[in-house]
Amino acid sequence: MSDRNGQAAHPAALDTFPRLLMHHAAVRPARPAMREKEFGIWQTYSWAEVARNVRAIACGLAALGFKRGDRLAIIGDNRPRLYWSVTACQCLGGIPVMLYQDAVAPEMAYVLQDAEIRFAVVEDQEQVDKMLEIHPEVPFLEHVIYDDPRGLRHYSQPMLMGLDELQEMGGIHDRNHTDFLDGEIDKGAGDDISVMLYTSGTTGKPKGVCQTHGAFIAAATGAMQVDGLTDREDILSYLPMAWVGDHLFSFAQAMVAGFTINCPESGDTVMTDLREIGPTYYFAPPRVFENLLTQVMIRMEDANALKRKLFHRFLDVARRCGADILDGKPVSAGDRFQYWLGNLLVYGPLKNVLGMSRIRVAYTAGAAIGPDLFRFYRSIGVNLKQFYGQTETCAYVCLQPDGAIKFDSVGKPAPFVEVKLADNGEILVKGPMLLKAYYKRPDATAESINAEGYFMTGDAGYFDADGHLKIIDRAKDVGKLKDGSMFAPNYIENKLKFFQHIKEAVAFGSGREAVTAFINIDLEAVGNWAERRGLPYSGYTDLASQPAVYELIRDCVEKVNADLAADPKMSGSQVRRFLILHKELDADDGELTRTRKVRRNFIAERYAVLIDALFEGRPTQHIETVVKYEDGREGRISADLRIEDVKTFAPQAAKHAA
Amino acid sequence: MMMNDMPQAVQAQEPTQVSGRRIGDVVLDLQNISLSFGGVKALTNISFDVREHEIRSIIGPNGAGKSSMLNVINGVYHPQEGRILFRGEERRRMEPHMAAAQGIARTFQNIALFKGMSVLDNIMTGRNLKMKCGLLAHALYWGRAQKEEIAHRVKVEEVIDFLEIQDIRKTPVGALPYGLQKRVELGRALAAEPNLLLLDEPMAGMNVEEKQDMCRFILDVNDQFGTTIVLIEHDMGVVMDISDRVVVLDYGKKIGDGVPDEVRANEDVIRAYLGTSH
Repeated sequence: MSDRNGQAAHPAALDTFPRLLMHHAAVRPARPAMREKEFGIWQTYSWAEVARNVRAIACGLAALGFKRGDRLAIIGDNRPRLYWSVTACQCLGGIPVMLYQDAVAPEMAYVLQDAEIRFAVVEDQEQVDKMLEIHPEVPFLEHVIYDDPRGLRHYSQPMLMGLDELQEMGGIHDRNHTDFLDGEIDKGAGDDISVMLYTSGTTGKPKGVCQTHGAFIAAATGAMQVDGLTDREDILSYLPMAWVGDHLFSFAQAMVAGFTINCPESGDTVMTDLREIGPTYYFAPPRVFENLLTQVMIRMEDANALKRKLFHRFLDVARRCGADILDGKPVSAGDRFQYWLGNLLVYGPLKNVLGMSRIRVAYTAGAAIGPDLFRFYRSIGVNLKQFYGQTETCAYVCLQPDGAIKFDSVGKPAPFVEVKLADNGEILVKGPMLLKAYYKRPDATAESINAEGYFMTGDAGYFDADGHLKIIDRAKDVGKLKDGSMFAPNYIENKLKFFQHIKEAVAFGSGREAVTAFINIDLEAVGNWAERRGLPYSGYTDLASQPAVYELIRDCVEKVNADLAADPKMSGSQVRRFLILHKELDADDGELTRTRKVRRNFIAERYAVLIDALFEGRPTQHIETVVKYEDGREGRISADLRIEDVKTFAPQAAKHAA
Repeated sequence: MMMNDMPQAVQAQEPTQVSGRRIGDVVLDLQNISLSFGGVKALTNISFDVREHEIRSIIGPNGAGKSSMLNVINGVYHPQEGRILFRGEERRRMEPHMAAAQGIARTFQNIALFKGMSVLDNIMTGRNLKMKCGLLAHALYWGRAQKEEIAHRVKVEEVIDFLEIQDIRKTPVGALPYGLQKRVELGRALAAEPNLLLLDEPMAGMNVEEKQDMCRFILDVNDQFGTTIVLIEHDMGVVMDISDRVVVLDYGKKIGDGVPDEVRANEDVIRAYLGTSH
């Protein structure tokens, strides 16, 4: 069902989301399109009902004066009526702009101003209050329509209107102008802008990324092909609507494939709702998978001895052969039998508790995921995979195909996508899912799309022998050692941080002979470890300087080196020497950003004497540092830091990770 | 003390309309109530009234007689002297179940929930008086009982939604933190669809955030359902913010009555709270 342009998967008529909706309403009117848990019961809306509601909202908006090309702000949790508003806006040729619902009012003001919003559909009183607060700064805001009227009875501002009222108004409008909406839908075209998603703005002000119907339909179609998704999938929609991933999974794919999205009862009930729905298709950031695993492990510690024994016994079996069975690789009959037994006794019930019994495909992205974590889920039979993409590419560049999962790669380029590497290793992407432009920012658009039409991701990576893309770092951070081998600090640091004893790491080596690293130990994990061995210590600085701790960390660094040696591109950048810092890197001291990212240059300046000592091969170095306490006072910490060498390994031929 | 019969003047001031809510006529009128246990005088000659749709607070230091006052309203204690008029009718000897049947619901200072039962079941007990079918029919979930149970469950779910406790619906109450238990107790009272709600220190033992939440819910109940609320609290700050009118008790006597600003300026109230000797 495909060719390279991604649009032939559907007849030409189905090239916009409103047309797709009307198509589903005609083809599968009674199939559930959406569910929402309310008053303790899952309420179902069929495709026909969704189409009816979308019509009413669209006509209501038109009656209020919403025009083709207008932007509609949508703010709130994942509620069916907010998803309907997205399509309703698209029916009229408008552009929905989703905002993060927990943003504070001044942050919202910027986006509302930038997108010149006249109409906003918001969830509840909380969001209405924010709109009223920033109204003086966004004078073109004319109408605020709310979904949940609770607490809003005494609000008398004329700009406010309930969504119920709007739908009623729309119904009347639709009856009086029966051809109006169909006419509007007919005017739509595949390369119209279907949505504007704002980038997070970690580098400068947020930018509105304009995506077309065609782009998201292509991304959705391609992802469906890779995973063989059908209209029978169930997905839980619980991530912010303003995030490109939710728009792809809960909106575009659901619209293209015609499957069911499920909205949780509230943010706190997601885990319960997940179990009740048992999705077949699931996305979660690595953090969620990590928390789930931690909870399972903690609860197993409290289980009785027999259960604990069973659990660990069969987890060993799963570790040995679970991932291979999932990948369809040959596994001995004995292991197969043990895995079958394990599934009966441990993995099956465990997946049931986690709400993962029915999952066919689960995805994670957004941050580096530890190999152990990844392996755990795959070994118990959850088909967890990674993808790579950004807002500008509809979250869709590379996907891990079934049966060929490598823990440290993001898979192969997805259908219709062309990936190419620039000379500096930067990943360049071309395909139908690229952004049309940044809203009102031709300068930024020109900067990010090169002359040949490739989008410059800013990420550096390379293809391994099997054609899988490995992301290593931000392109601007990647450097070279003196001998010319590639040095990707983030890549090395992430590998170090996967060890529970290491909290932060900073690697140096650009333009030098070798790679060295600062390590921050995790006070809790290492403290615990020290207590268990009866190692006395008086605080972070003392613990960090203990020879036994150095031993522990050196072990971790050596494992990372062994890992790097196995990778032909990276074998040159093994860590030669390291030291454990005498204080924790802290955002209050300017060493980390507020989102806990290392500020490399600042640290290099502040600890220049330590870096020199590392590269000069001195065994110890004295350092005195000014620190800021939480109450604003300043103090000094001085210490003599030990510097240790680490074993490095000869480069090996790439061995297949599995 | 001269203060005892002074507040008539204060009460003469018409309570004003607050945030669009229409405060109506007097629903509960307590006249010269005195209550003693043996030789101990708990309440001495106390008079005040409660108007429809208002939030009326009773405050005072520990041992001032606040809970006794609430117990008098709800029929647990019978005052030796005085008259209680509820909706114009005199109630000389009211029993708690009669109070409940008339639409008076309450919460307790020390949480009185069924610890082993789920939040859902606890709130369901608030529907007790509205259940019409017999024990047997309910036990067998048969006939009219089935329909009735579904109707009650709908009401209970509305309360759960209102109080935003969906995530703990099936959790045993005993496993919940204190602040949430308080909220569940409010839920049980609300399930009875009361027209007069008595809250005995709903914010005791809570942290600031929990207190703010509870205030929000109390205001919402009052606003959305028009429920008249009588509130006991010893935390002055909270009470002054959400009440329409406040009665101040000290050593079983009324020392102040009126809108929060008047009470705040009242010399005797200040003295009682700052702890001058009597």
